[in-house]
Amino acid sequence: MATDYDLIVIGSGPGGYTAAIRGAQLGMKVALVERELLGGICLNWGCIPTKALLKSGEVYAQLGHLQDYGLSAGAATFDFPAVIARSRGIAKQLNQGVAFLMKKNKIEVIEGVATLEKGSAAPSVIVTPAKGGTKRTLQARAVILATGARAKEIPAIGLKSDGDRVWTYRDAMTPKAMPKSLLIIGSGAIGVEFGSFYNALGAKVTVVEALSRILPVEDEEVSTAARKAYEKRGMAFRVGAKVTKLERGGEGVTLTVEQGGKTETLTAERAIVAVGISANVEGLGLEALGVTLDRGHVATDAHCATNVPGLYAIGDVAGAPWLAHKASHEGVHAVEAIAGKAPPALTTPIPSCTYSQPQIASVGLTEAQAKAEGRAVKVGRFPFRANGKAIASGETDGFVKTVFDARTGALIGAHMLGAEVTEMIQGFAVAMTLEATEAELFATVFPHPTMSEAMHEASLDAFGIVLNS
Amino acid sequence: MTDVLMPALSPTMEEGVLSKWNVKVGDVVKSGDVIAEIETDKATMEVEAVDEGVVEAILVAAGTEGVKVNTAIARLKGEGEAPAPAEAAAGDGLHGSPSQSATPTAPPPAGKPGNDGTASRSPPRSGGGGRLAVGGGQPSQDGARLFATPLARRLAKEKGVALSALMGSGPHGRIIAADIGSPQPNKSPAAASAPAAPATVRTLAQMGIPDGSYDLEPLDGMRKTIARRMTESATTIPTFPLTIDLQIDRLLDARSRINTSLMGRDIRVSVNDMLIKAAAAALKASPAANASYTPEGIARHHHADIAVAVAVEHGLITPIIREAENRTLAEIAVAMKDLAERARTKKLKPEEYLGGTFSISNLGMFGIREFAAIINEPQGCILSVGAGEKRSVVKGGELAIATVMTVTLTCDHRVVDGATGAKWLQAFRGFVEDPITLLA
Repeated sequence: MATDYDLIVIGSGPGGYTAAIRGAQLGMKVALVERELLGGICLNWGCIPTKALLKSGEVYAQLGHLQDYGLSAGAATFDFPAVIARSRGIAKQLNQGVAFLMKKNKIEVIEGVATLEKGSAAPSVIVTPAKGGTKRTLQARAVILATGARAKEIPAIGLKSDGDRVWTYRDAMTPKAMPKSLLIIGSGAIGVEFGSFYNALGAKVTVVEALSRILPVEDEEVSTAARKAYEKRGMAFRVGAKVTKLERGGEGVTLTVEQGGKTETLTAERAIVAVGISANVEGLGLEALGVTLDRGHVATDAHCATNVPGLYAIGDVAGAPWLAHKASHEGVHAVEAIAGKAPPALTTPIPSCTYSQPQIASVGLTEAQAKAEGRAVKVGRFPFRANGKAIASGETDGFVKTVFDARTGALIGAHMLGAEVTEMIQGFAVAMTLEATEAELFATVFPHPTMSEAMHEASLDAFGIVLNS
Repeated sequence: MTDVLMPALSPTMEEGVLSKWNVKVGDVVKSGDVIAEIETDKATMEVEAVDEGVVEAILVAAGTEGVKVNTAIARLKGEGEAPAPAEAAAGDGLHGSPSQSATPTAPPPAGKPGNDGTASRSPPRSGGGGRLAVGGGQPSQDGARLFATPLARRLAKEKGVALSALMGSGPHGRIIAADIGSPQPNKSPAAASAPAAPATVRTLAQMGIPDGSYDLEPLDGMRKTIARRMTESATTIPTFPLTIDLQIDRLLDARSRINTSLMGRDIRVSVNDMLIKAAAAALKASPAANASYTPEGIARHHHADIAVAVAVEHGLITPIIREAENRTLAEIAVAMKDLAERARTKKLKPEEYLGGTFSISNLGMFGIREFAAIINEPQGCILSVGAGEKRSVVKGGELAIATVMTVTLTCDHRVVDGATGAKWLQAFRGFVEDPITLLA
């Protein structure tokens, strides 16, 4: 069969649309298939609209602390529908931005649901238009699966959205009214971000975590300090609590948990299910093609190739970490591999950010992971309460922690908790990508006064020469 | 004022011949102007000016051999700028002593007291994707700048590994920590074995061939590369040959019909083009032969990138037909014709001859009946093609005449075992003896 395109990308989230642009840059004829909204979850139902909500929550919370800055204003109030409308408006703006980018790069956007069949150089793509119409069969030299993921639900114990009392992130972004109390099941990034938002606007929030600490993928010191900071702001936590049942009653929800051998019930007006994500691998015809899956995700090699010739997978559908920037990085990588530009294998560390109040950002290994690998480590810490800019800003919560390999001096991990640390982590990410050692971090000049000075100090501290603490 | 530096045409290039200057002192150049041509073992490439200015000095004469990468080869001054003190041309303290093999035509620099020597340098650049200067570099022993991460530098120092002996696997060939951990696969044998060489090489006179009884032709870059790569391959890779006879009457018939149909497009498909296609199809049918040995594991290639040996003056080069399994015969014929022509005029770009997954060497046109070529690293196999000739064959118990071609597959036993190679040849036979199956 003749090929219609050089590249077909299925899914237009941050991974898919970025891959499409990179393909167009390399002179490929590219089609992008999307079943719903350009920009995928990230722009429409994830990263961006939640940041809009969190900003509203943060500004509102600041209003309660005006006197700390010598200011006063009338009693702070909020217009909940307007907060939600602002978030939706921003999502729409970015969605249109992607449409513009596709047009600018001459990428053909095909609306519809894609399935795969055995093809020639790569699997054929059959697109069924979402709004009716005839099916099209398309053939490309390469196909990239970027179908993403969705909230994981466990219907057997009631952990399933009903769109009313029990929400997933998607419902939690567009509620009709502000809930008075919320149970959040799962303390990962999504759980604590929604917790932060609703807590800031005055809901009574309880986060339930099955593992022994919140934010279980973060460094343990970050988990501990974050929990204290959240509790100071009014959030409540139940850790080591295994959920056995979620039921909805007339006025709210009842959650049954087992904790320390005892069974308890917790009640609230509504609940958010944030227990993880499931990859969107269904209905694509992957089984018939013989695509290998690994724990529910599409298995890929160091260049994002699946076991089926011509078929690649990137982003959430290809496994953890489930982060937009990982998806777009893989998208660019996969396209360059397809173009025969053979980029070096994907080994760069991927930073991760949580936009709660205070924020959390990390890259590389936690101290425990490094030790589990059998490495001798040097660990440095620097608290923001000893940082001039943080004190001046009234943002003294949190700290910077660095993990160095004691033998080689390589920076192997960095963990931060504090205001705007998500804007700072890329400094450590660049250092790790360039394989910096302590010597380069010592030699780098950090501007004064900034919170980033804590990054320098935490590096110095790992080697016992911290200056301002 | 800016120095123009000898560019690197490929990550492994260490030196080259400055074959031609297109500008002379006093000429005004602007960014993008072709100012010189340089030649390496494999290619000739144009040097473009990166900056604007007036050519103040030509520091390396045309025809100079062995010009190390990053040696200053000319100096530009911005318009209206005063001529630079001579010292600035010599080196800026970053690059060690000036290369000894380069022959500057400018007078040797004399130290001038009072000059602070803060000459600006343009980063080394070539018009064709050579190294770009990023990050802090240190000189290798021969003065060329090496790119390595801080961690890689520290590990190399700890382990006593010479960075100049490594090939980087990072972006732009930069040496990263992982390259230090496994020096063996990446080590350039030339650099690694150099110290030992004097002990084992005897002069021709010592071996009974007196001086004066022969002419000594200097080794050019291509000869050095062939010598190094073939020695390395023949001494480090356990190989074995597998030979079969193929009846090619149907292939010849198919070829003439294909060529008749292509006449209007002025394309002629050669037997070799058909063998490239058949080899690619066989690699697709029998992918285990499309592999490379690495200490980390067996690299199973996604595509059949077929390297084809092309004889050129004083040597050979192997341009690559990428993804030959996805190309039509006409496409292969057109691409091969272009690559072979440019190979002969040394106009191939590095990406056109580096990185194939399988090689074909055809000496049929010289009447060679069969031979076993040496593996072209890191490929798992190389196919040696002999002459197609009328031979007596037995068909259905009767003697008959057929056009027969003998081919030999040399296999790297580390990745391709006997049965694997045999299966590949079986698939290859199917495509060659019944070329219609190439359309399947």
